[in-house]
Amino acid sequence: MKKRMKILLNGIFKENPVLILALGCCSVLAVSVSVTGGLGMGAALTFVLVCSNVVISLLRNVIPSKVRIPCYIVVIATFVTLVEMLMEAYLKSLYDSLGVFLSLIVVNCIVLGRAEMFASKNGVVDSFFDGLGMGIGYTMVIVGMSVVRELFGAGTLLGVRIIPEGYQLGILTQAPGGFFLFGCAIAILVAAMAKKGKKFEPKMGCDGNCAACGTACGGRKEEAK
Amino acid sequence: MTSLKASVSPHIRGSRTTHRIMLDVIIALMPTLVASVILFGFRALLLTAISAAACVAFEYIWEKLMKKPITVADLSAVVTGILIAFNVPASMPIWELLVGDLVAIVAVKMLFGGIGCNFVNPALVGRVVMFLSFTADMTNYSYPAAAVDALSSATPLALIASGSIGWEHFMDILCGVHGGVLGETCALTLITGGLYLCAREVIKPIIPLAYIGSTLLFSWIFGSPDPVLSIFSGGLMLGAIYMATDYVTTPFTNLGKLIFGLGCGLLTSLMRVFANSAGAVSFSILLMNLVVPYINELTMPKPFGGVTEK
Repeated sequence: MKKRMKILLNGIFKENPVLILALGCCSVLAVSVSVTGGLGMGAALTFVLVCSNVVISLLRNVIPSKVRIPCYIVVIATFVTLVEMLMEAYLKSLYDSLGVFLSLIVVNCIVLGRAEMFASKNGVVDSFFDGLGMGIGYTMVIVGMSVVRELFGAGTLLGVRIIPEGYQLGILTQAPGGFFLFGCAIAILVAAMAKKGKKFEPKMGCDGNCAACGTACGGRKEEAK
Repeated sequence: MTSLKASVSPHIRGSRTTHRIMLDVIIALMPTLVASVILFGFRALLLTAISAAACVAFEYIWEKLMKKPITVADLSAVVTGILIAFNVPASMPIWELLVGDLVAIVAVKMLFGGIGCNFVNPALVGRVVMFLSFTADMTNYSYPAAAVDALSSATPLALIASGSIGWEHFMDILCGVHGGVLGETCALTLITGGLYLCAREVIKPIIPLAYIGSTLLFSWIFGSPDPVLSIFSGGLMLGAIYMATDYVTTPFTNLGKLIFGLGCGLLTSLMRVFANSAGAVSFSILLMNLVVPYINELTMPKPFGGVTEK
């Protein structure tokens, strides 16, 4: 159980998909203007991530390695379509506000990246926790950013006015403000992860993922043999 | 003989310090401050003083918090503060001005390592952030009581674009008796300050001349109704003389400076003629700031007798 916990926490802090691995930034920057959108997007992505991780982990011995990316896409797209249809049916306003970014989960690097880097090599339960951890890590970042952007940029929180009209920092609701906050969030996480007197250096080391890796190392030669 | 020291060049140093350079810039900005107080009233002085004080305070607090050496005595924060204040209209709420100061000093200057390390002009980013955040307040231009009717309701740039004013108002535009932000209206005092800086050799006239000249040329090519009048209005003089000449964010070589000035002029006239943007000068200088490393690399002079690689 301790190992599972570590996998879960790994996705939230040490290998936070958005802030450390820098994956899936596009939707974070675009959707984090409102807390509702951020929560919806986080939930949708977490659901897709967990489900696709579990299914791909189950199928990892069946899928031929040469066509694995199309297979992953099919699995991921299935769950994205599910989420999309459910959201359109029951949460129409959220569906409208997320717009194209909901369907774009299909090509979200986090989902595909975890399928390739983790689910295709690990057991079902581990993959479940990895998906959950990564999903929570993503949701925390997008919600955290959207709280700041909505509160100071638009003066509201979940649509309720907190700061009176006329005291907003409009730039926060625009792209430059999003990038600025994104940089701040990375700085804060790196600073928080630093151990006493030691700088935190994100480790993304080799996990045997030769297909997605461009460097010519010994591993690739071995694979060729 | 034991005190023989071998040190790296430069061995001869001038007496010029950052402090002295910044003091010269402040002196050069003073006539414009006086003009702006005469035109827009006491609040112009208040805003400028608050902005300068705030910039110094932010820099001091940041350096104290980060346990860095305190550099506020070099006066560069004062210059930034004055320039930011010169970019807001007289009616600007003070807290919004403070946001601009905070962004300029902390986000642009200190986060990148303090004076000499910022990759864009801090005052301009402060202005652009205020412009994008508080567009209504930033374009709520004040109009001097002395302005003639034609110039008392819209800025000269807008009027020139619509072709409704002409050369009869040239003196008003030159002296700044029209609407605008604090430091941009009085072209006369801005040019005077610029001449002082050139005489003191604080700035080289290449960038301002290339910038203003190319704006004139390109505005004429792109079909601006009155290119000559338009270079005396808007933020062009303020930007070209005081912001596009910042040492840190402009190229080192004369050729580089020329390219920089031409680029600024091209972008400004494009934005003014085709986009009618109120931030044309700021955005042009910022965009050109970003390409300065490339300009430097391309215009690097060959050392005398040196062998070029490749």
